[in-house]
Amino acid sequence: MSDPVPGPPLWLLLELTYRCPLHCVFCYNPTDFGGIGRELETAEWLRVLAQARELGSVQLGLSGGEPLVRDDLETIVAAARGLGFYTNLITSGVGLTETRLCALKEAGLDHIQLSFQDSTRRLNDFLSSTRTFELKSRVAALIRKHRYPMVLNVVLHRLNIDHVEEILGMAERLGADYVELANTQYYGWAWRNRAQLLPSREQLRRAEEATARFRERVGTRMRVFFVVPDYFETRPKPCMSGLGRVFLGIAPDGVALPCQSARMLPGMSFPSVREASLRSIWYDSPAFNRFRGEGWMKEPCRSCPERGRDFGGCRCQAYLLTGDAANADPVCALSPHHHLVTEAVAGAGRSAAEPPAAAPLAFRDHRGGASRE
Amino acid sequence: MAIFDTAARPAIGGGFRLQWEPAQAAHVLLYPEGMVRLNQSAAAILTRCDGARTVADIIADLERTYSAAGLSSDVCDFVTFAIERTWLELLP
Ligand code: SF4
Ligand code: SF4
Repeated sequence: MSDPVPGPPLWLLLELTYRCPLHCVFCYNPTDFGGIGRELETAEWLRVLAQARELGSVQLGLSGGEPLVRDDLETIVAAARGLGFYTNLITSGVGLTETRLCALKEAGLDHIQLSFQDSTRRLNDFLSSTRTFELKSRVAALIRKHRYPMVLNVVLHRLNIDHVEEILGMAERLGADYVELANTQYYGWAWRNRAQLLPSREQLRRAEEATARFRERVGTRMRVFFVVPDYFETRPKPCMSGLGRVFLGIAPDGVALPCQSARMLPGMSFPSVREASLRSIWYDSPAFNRFRGEGWMKEPCRSCPERGRDFGGCRCQAYLLTGDAANADPVCALSPHHHLVTEAVAGAGRSAAEPPAAAPLAFRDHRGGASRE
Repeated sequence: MAIFDTAARPAIGGGFRLQWEPAQAAHVLLYPEGMVRLNQSAAAILTRCDGARTVADIIADLERTYSAAGLSSDVCDFVTFAIERTWLELLP
């Protein structure tokens, strides 16, 4: 089948660094990031921005790791804004002082998403409003003071999902306008910790009920978006709206990726912005063409009427669970591997009664190995 | 039914940005982590919502520019739609 020429990479995500003061168990960064090469320098990021804008990129995400770790963040934002990007900062808030926030605003930053990095070892700390809460409150107040909407993102998993009500209450106290309760996606560190992180169906049901009650109480004052973990679905998510269609991610060392977690796919060599232009990477590189269109699909996707809607789901999930990235995402009930997902969910149901610390949890650490609690 | 007075002055809502995108040959409205591509009539209206002109001014300007009459209800419908989505806010 001849596929049409791909459109522009409308959504550009720069993962400016993998460095991060936190150690989240659900971190989607690769588990071997300790071995990844030197971070791009300011001038290299600016070149990426100019080339991407030229291709038609318009939404810019600045994330990490913790992007505030880079002291050239303001320079990068200013350059991006000057080129016409809509600039979104995705931060844990650690390092967001008033001086930096003013400088970012001055540079033209459009939006801030404050992520609630509840590392599990601080769960209680976090929910019982101690240090973490104070930091977030301070940052939230700064965000509001500088007239940004307060957008909060909280990653849910088995160890905190029972506290959805308290989490929402805390978001309300912080003055959030919008809260995204995003269930963990199982890649990177989260994949390694899946058995400890996957909630049970019962936990999920209670969390959804708590969310509905909250919505009823606060009305439109605060909007809550609840992302169901795809393991509980029977159809996959249209991952990245199809690889190589709208999303272009650049890792800290300049490697270009069609999805943040694609780096782990075997047999793929992802091009670096140090060696090639973004135009050739986006349009011509084998890595970006590998999963474009439908030619790569296997059965049951190949002949499925739904393939234009979900593109066969997530390639990384297909690879992690079935060993072949070209298989249907096993979240799909039509996949011959779907039982791998239902079994994991059933397993989470069985062990839900056990204390969460029954198995060791690997906290993200900078040697890329598993440190244990 | 319009939910505003034609003497109101619409402006692009906070957090939104309207701009021309050569790569898409269209005006787009950008907002946190998202974008809407506008058709020509939506763009013709939104580009005039600068917080200075009233809805009545905008209607008159569009009727003049496109040598058309009776655009009032279409413009008001779209402005209503845009206010509901917070693309526009009304300045007093
Ligand atoms: S998920 Fe946690 S550890 Fe990973 S980059 Fe974000 S804040 Fe850092
Ligand atoms: S078989 Fe493939 S294309 Fe069809 S619904 Fe499942 S994942 Fe999607």
